[in-house]
Amino acid sequence: MPTLKINGIEVEVEKGMTVLEAARFLGIPIPTLCHEDALQPYGACRLCLVEVSNGRKTTLQASCCLPADDGLVVFTHSARVERARKLLLEMYVATCPSSKRIQDMASAMGLRECRYEAKHETCIQCGLCVRMCEQQMMAGAIGFSGRGVNRSVTRPFDMTSELCRQCGACLFICPVCESRCQGPQAESTLCNGCLNISTVCFQSYDNAMCFLEPCHACEIGGPFRADVGVKPRSKDLTHIVGK
Amino acid sequence: MPQVEMDKVEPLLEQYEDQRLNLIPILQDVQETYRYLPELVLRRISKKLRVPLTEVYQVATFYRCFSLVPRGKHVIQVCLGTACHVRGAPRVLDRILRDLKLPHAGTTEDLQFTVETVRCIGCCGLAPVARVDNTNTHPHLTQAKVGGLLKKYQEKAEAPKAAKPDEASHAKA
Repeated sequence: MPTLKINGIEVEVEKGMTVLEAARFLGIPIPTLCHEDALQPYGACRLCLVEVSNGRKTTLQASCCLPADDGLVVFTHSARVERARKLLLEMYVATCPSSKRIQDMASAMGLRECRYEAKHETCIQCGLCVRMCEQQMMAGAIGFSGRGVNRSVTRPFDMTSELCRQCGACLFICPVCESRCQGPQAESTLCNGCLNISTVCFQSYDNAMCFLEPCHACEIGGPFRADVGVKPRSKDLTHIVGK
Repeated sequence: MPQVEMDKVEPLLEQYEDQRLNLIPILQDVQETYRYLPELVLRRISKKLRVPLTEVYQVATFYRCFSLVPRGKHVIQVCLGTACHVRGAPRVLDRILRDLKLPHAGTTEDLQFTVETVRCIGCCGLAPVARVDNTNTHPHLTQAKVGGLLKKYQEKAEAPKAAKPDEASHAKA
């Protein structure tokens, strides 16, 4: 049974576990986009990276693909890790600003600005749908084609595959398909729509209310968190809020 | 879809065991035989090796040595790496494309030539360089040398049962 140290806590894990599993077993939340317990690790999104020390120097490694070996010293939320994750998320937000899961994660991580131009892609190439189709549905109807900037998820020869049973598992697992809040700032790259609103979302926007659950923006910087120090810019939003 | 002679595939497949790891060697052989990877052949390979078609397609689109559309008899790879670029490879490429009446890198209509650009073929000392059919490297190209280079392969293409091209023979200006 290998013993490793995660954030200073000695933990004994089963052989064959990954560092991500070990950390989650301890209750340490590590954000992921391309990981799914039922599928083989892929290591595409890199959000799960952790700082691993082997004596002298430390390296950033994707914890979902890193076996929990004996004597590892892991930091899951060091400043370096946080910085790297934030940068990654910023790029993900710029790639797919319409994804709820990415926006949620960005809010939860305290991302306040996105310095990149929004690309409005429909795919982050996490490979979840491809792996789902192949490993769980045993179909293999979709796959990647091309490489580099031309890589995309397709069916062979762009024809409906006879292997596809239209089970919808690929849609179910896709982290991008779910649309984000369609509230007041649906067009902005980074969804912090609720951040500057002085009243709770649903009082002002009955049907267009925020679907973030829980609304991280509200939790972190909303009007009820005065300690965060974000002042509601009510005068800028009078045209939306009314009065 | 053009007619594909499927009878060429079976003897080719028989040389290999039906294993996943033989996928790339088989695809390479098919590419050599047909000068591209026909869809029907890929489907056959997928069935024979019991590899999902998506995976075959993934491999076929990943590597640049495979093509899903027919390629010309002679593949001209014009190096556009840094050294070649500096020494005038874009002008050489332009000249080749103009002589072959191609709007951009691709295959001529008579399927004699395919022009490709590559990043670096590892002989920057010979820049600007082009490689034909993966074996014949033509060094120190200029616009003036392009005509001779093309003519050499055009003649070869027309002559019936021409002898094997000489290794690394240089085009005369």
